[in-house]
Amino acid sequence: MSSDRDSILSRVRSALAPLPERAALPDWERELVIMRNARGAVDAVALFSERLVLVNGTPLTSAADLVALLEKNGWRRGYCDPALWPGLQAAFPATFTVETLFDRSRVDDYQFGITAAAGGIAETGTVILTDGGTSRRLAALAPWVHVAVLSRRTIFVDVPEAVAALGSDPNIIWCTGPSKTADVEGILIEGVHGPGIQVALLVD
Amino acid sequence: MKFQQIDQFAANLRADTRESVHSGSKAGHEKRTSVLFDHYADPNRLRQIAGEIKQHVVENLDTYLPAVEARLQANGVIVHWASTAEAANEAVYSILQARGAKKMVKAKTMVSEETELGHFLEKRGIECVETDLGEFIIQIDGDHPSHIVKPIIHKNRREIATSFERHGLGAYNDDPETITRRARAHLRHKYLEADVGLTGANFVVAESGRIVLVTNEGNSRFCLAATKCHIAMIGIEKILPRDRDLGLLLNLLARSGTGQQLTVYTEFIRGPKAAPQEDGPEETHVVFVDNGRSEVLASDCREILRCIRCGACLNVCPVYRQASGHAYRSVYPGPVGAVLSPLLAGKQFPELADLPKASSLCGACNEVCPVNIPIPDLLLRLREKGKREGSEAAAAATPPMGAWSVMATQPAAWKLAMFGGKIMNVLPAKYIPVPALQAWQAKRTLPAWRGGAFRSWLRTRAQPAADVRSAKSEG
Ligand code: SF4
Repeated sequence: MSSDRDSILSRVRSALAPLPERAALPDWERELVIMRNARGAVDAVALFSERLVLVNGTPLTSAADLVALLEKNGWRRGYCDPALWPGLQAAFPATFTVETLFDRSRVDDYQFGITAAAGGIAETGTVILTDGGTSRRLAALAPWVHVAVLSRRTIFVDVPEAVAALGSDPNIIWCTGPSKTADVEGILIEGVHGPGIQVALLVD
Repeated sequence: MKFQQIDQFAANLRADTRESVHSGSKAGHEKRTSVLFDHYADPNRLRQIAGEIKQHVVENLDTYLPAVEARLQANGVIVHWASTAEAANEAVYSILQARGAKKMVKAKTMVSEETELGHFLEKRGIECVETDLGEFIIQIDGDHPSHIVKPIIHKNRREIATSFERHGLGAYNDDPETITRRARAHLRHKYLEADVGLTGANFVVAESGRIVLVTNEGNSRFCLAATKCHIAMIGIEKILPRDRDLGLLLNLLARSGTGQQLTVYTEFIRGPKAAPQEDGPEETHVVFVDNGRSEVLASDCREILRCIRCGACLNVCPVYRQASGHAYRSVYPGPVGAVLSPLLAGKQFPELADLPKASSLCGACNEVCPVNIPIPDLLLRLREKGKREGSEAAAAATPPMGAWSVMATQPAAWKLAMFGGKIMNVLPAKYIPVPALQAWQAKRTLPAWRGGAFRSWLRTRAQPAADVRSAKSEG
């Protein structure tokens, strides 16, 4: 293996040796990638909700609204991050079965998964999950409904701002709307492997 | 008579396949264009800078590769190197063996298509399941992808429903939603049973060692949520200098590939999972794959190594739309493939040397490319190379340009030729004794000949220019 390393690096070096000069790394202004209609937008929370709807996600502002959505569709079994459950429990009637342990051997038993988001991106309607902040990767992915509990104070305006704040978490995932495919004849189908419903529950 | 192989393929393409490819790629292109121009005042400036960043990386790979390796290792990632496809597959296999792994789930990666990893592992008794819906269908059909972003662009729902039925995934049903749900139910257990998840990488950042993966379906996330070992196979050219460059490249990739602002899932991986997190890999491996790239780097076509595999050049290409991806007889179809495939073929270059000729050099591929690769220039350079190396595939159906130059420099010969053109309106091409023309015409229809009228028009034309001027000054 190490011989492969050396031979690759030596081939690369000799391929580049004849170049009289090397292309410089350009700098670029953040302005360049800010979408026209997001320029100067100050209300990141409003923009976030608007954009989340555009990618077929569901912004909600209260636990009661969440319960109503789940009720309406008959989604009464799910998982909730143990750290979030005390704050939400009161809104859930006894007809719900909510577990705070996620058992991967019963992955299809969970119709919804409630986990914490580490942040959001307004211009794209994205929720940000991290290993440090999200209790279970699977609970945010396998159930039909994913509810990301998102603090209004952690919403970045745009992609460059969110990139700048990536930090050192070993695994960060940006989720922009429900899982989707257009592989079959270009027809949009949501809920391929991940959630078919992506909710952001906005809290203070 | 020698035909261009790609013409032959296009001529024999089933009508419904051509229709699927044509409408799919056209829709992709239209969406890309409206989104980019709607969102940005000057998208071309973005493409230009992204191209400069990637060109800088390509021309400094000798320093970036050791730098990114050190960064990855500092993050706890185990780094492997593979000169060839075979070595890359062996590297993956030895990781699996060391873990006693028997089952692998796999996200879409073009580099693993290059190395034919799936076949390699299956021969060694490893179950290797493709999890991208399109790639899964390709796998159960024993087919090949025909597009780098939409692998089954050439298939319609009826064919897919038939494959699912054959594969025991339920009775025939060609509703796309039912197809997708069945795949969901089938594949989620494959992830949970698997020992290892294998992905590619869209970018790996030198500064932070972040491996960046984008998918829409969430399949690569499932690979990384359900298994305990992650292997990323990465072409050596996939590096970006700084995290902040992701702000530019991610915006361009999604818009160029699928007309989205961002792909649904954008994952940034720095290594094994953090301690309190239960799900996810305890071990992260990167296999850097050369497989011909260092030779491309040494060639005068190294700009193609900027490519971020967005597929925009396929969608816009008139030849791709007519011929479909399989016509390119290689992993990378379309304009990018016409450059990259013959180059990556190494010693087999002459066999694919006809691909650079499968282009009208209209330049559309360059105009849409998010990293501004001058594909038409590269195609010309490769045509030269094909000629130099005397490739038979490249020579097929080439018109005799020597005859053209005699004709174009001798007025008498030109007049005769123009008269000949008129005869072509009534004489079928198969009676014209120029093999290249016969080959060309056999797959296409010529418009009616209208040539030869310019000189007589010039002699007899009125002088409208003066009249216009005087009319103006009077007004
Ligand atoms: S060559 Fe450019 S347009 Fe074509 S796939 Fe690569 S990045 Fe996209």
